[in-house]
Amino acid sequence: MRADRPLLALALLSVYPTIRLFAQDTAAIDRGVRIGIVYRPGVRPGIVVLPGREPALDSVRAIILRDLDYSDRFEVITLPGGDSIRSDAPIPTPPRGAGAATGARARPARPALNYPLYRALGADFAVDVRLTGVDTTLVTVHDVAAGAVRRTFRQRLTSPGTPGYRLAVHRLSDQILQAAVGAPGIAATRILFVRDGKVYHIDQDGAEPKMVSSTDRQAMSPAWARDGRRFAYMEFAGGHGQLFAQDVATGRRVSVVTTGSTLDFTPAFSPDGKTLAFSRATEAGTDVYIVNMRDNCCLQRLTVGGFSDNLSPTYSPDGQRIAFVSTRPGLPQIYVMAADGTDQQLFAPFDYGVTGSSNAPEWSPDGQSVAFHRDVGGTLQVFVLDVRTRIVRQLTSLGRNEDPTWAPDSRHLSFVSDRSGYRQLWVIDLETGRIRPLLQQSGARLPAWSPRIPEASSGNP
Amino acid sequence: MKRVPSLVLMGLGVALYAACGKNPEPEAMPAPQANADSIAAAERARADSEAAAAARRAQEEAERIAQQRAADSAAAAAAAAGEVRNMLAAMIHFDFDRATLRSDDMGALDQKVAILTANPDLRIRISGHCDERGSDEYNLALGNRRATAAKSYLVSHGIDASRIETASFGEERPVAMGHDEDSWAQNRRDEFEILSGGDVLRRP
Repeated sequence: MRADRPLLALALLSVYPTIRLFAQDTAAIDRGVRIGIVYRPGVRPGIVVLPGREPALDSVRAIILRDLDYSDRFEVITLPGGDSIRSDAPIPTPPRGAGAATGARARPARPALNYPLYRALGADFAVDVRLTGVDTTLVTVHDVAAGAVRRTFRQRLTSPGTPGYRLAVHRLSDQILQAAVGAPGIAATRILFVRDGKVYHIDQDGAEPKMVSSTDRQAMSPAWARDGRRFAYMEFAGGHGQLFAQDVATGRRVSVVTTGSTLDFTPAFSPDGKTLAFSRATEAGTDVYIVNMRDNCCLQRLTVGGFSDNLSPTYSPDGQRIAFVSTRPGLPQIYVMAADGTDQQLFAPFDYGVTGSSNAPEWSPDGQSVAFHRDVGGTLQVFVLDVRTRIVRQLTSLGRNEDPTWAPDSRHLSFVSDRSGYRQLWVIDLETGRIRPLLQQSGARLPAWSPRIPEASSGNP
Repeated sequence: MKRVPSLVLMGLGVALYAACGKNPEPEAMPAPQANADSIAAAERARADSEAAAAARRAQEEAERIAQQRAADSAAAAAAAAGEVRNMLAAMIHFDFDRATLRSDDMGALDQKVAILTANPDLRIRISGHCDERGSDEYNLALGNRRATAAKSYLVSHGIDASRIETASFGEERPVAMGHDEDSWAQNRRDEFEILSGGDVLRRP
């Protein structure tokens, strides 16, 4: 990385923060987002996906390019021409000792890249994707700044359109991200949501929507297990709400024991997957319960509302605490308790008589934040609570925005918004403030972002 | 029905037989006695048959009236049952984000108390519903509060709690599809449906 760049960014940050916020607000698609977000252009590394000669890999490159873009960690550089720009002409010798040794596995036989050219284009990384053998894809991540190969890896890919193909490509994207910036990505993830009473999942880039709920009954509130192999959801059954846990790979589902005779809803797995917390509505009101998922036993009531309702539990990633909604202050607000139900207290501060209803909390995977939505002037907006400081900041302001769910990187949120005229799923990056639509279809709601999908369950359910 | 004509024919037959039976010796024996006897017999027979026919007619009429009455009362009962069913199904409505019963719905609830009292076998389910403005999942809890509020009212007026189930559908089953206050007001409601014992409904 060149030395002048961070310095320039620092200078920009210290001198022009308000100008940058203003600039962001003029971009039509970002207009709903401004509060609490500082966009720092220029500090993200540039990345380029090199064009290739194999048309078979065009879709792989397109998916990778989009994944890298959606990671919001790079300035993605698109090349104007085709192969011509990839002239292998002057082969520069990487300056030894200038950071070129960072995991470099460069082989001498490999044609080196025209590093100065890509450096001039603003690229810090260049990704080369090519076929090796029949169905194996070889990916090389070049560290342009260092003038050396950062990492190479191989992935067997089935043909486009076959089950598991897209997820395998998404895994390549995550490996590239890991190699370049040293952080795990979110490309190999999916989002569950509800439309017309059915549960669907969709890749995080908006591709391959698939219905996964199996009956004609109305379903609600899908929620992932932390291992990404199971999810739970609620189904209406004869005036009651019944909870189910479904295996992603097989599609088989089991009804959660001790539920089905009352209205049970908003399931939430504990991080170890052993416990399911949920809301149960009876004539005594709505309260948070837990049930042992491994032994199908040991129903336990965590809250005793009486004249108030307690619902929508969400575990902290260490499994020690549960955030939930309680109406004990008169309106629903965000509360927190220990996982055994003790030490119940207000979590997200509010002004009595001023702040509107707050609902739908979800604890971030890094444990530092809780996202929720709050009524602001008769419409809903997405907020984030900082767990340590208990400071609440508003993320959205354009249209109605609700039901936020965290990506596994704890910096992206998916939520429901009607900013485009109809309710659909959107994704926001908290670091840059960038917002993109996930779906172009109306009626999607109650999203639940998966953890990183493990290899074993890569097959489509 | 069949007996009346056959009796009349029999009476006629007897009269004819009596009239014709003496034909072989009409001059030797004027036999007014026999004639008088046969006329009397014929008259008796005719009187008998007329009486029988009248009795049958009266009975027939009575049956017809009884049937008519039964049909009338069945129709009346059905009409009453339909009316009762409609009164029972009349929805009640709520203010935004509230589960308190409105004073203008008390009449409808009192009617339901009377119907449940008059029909002790009747079991119902109250389901609470919400408009689309609130949070999807919170609305399940709110709908539950609304259903429970109506049930509490009925129970506090003497209806056995075991005869009433409650349910909540949140905002999942709107009756009005618009996105305006008029539609929202219609959707913030309790519905009342019969679970069992609704075949023969008596008017309170």
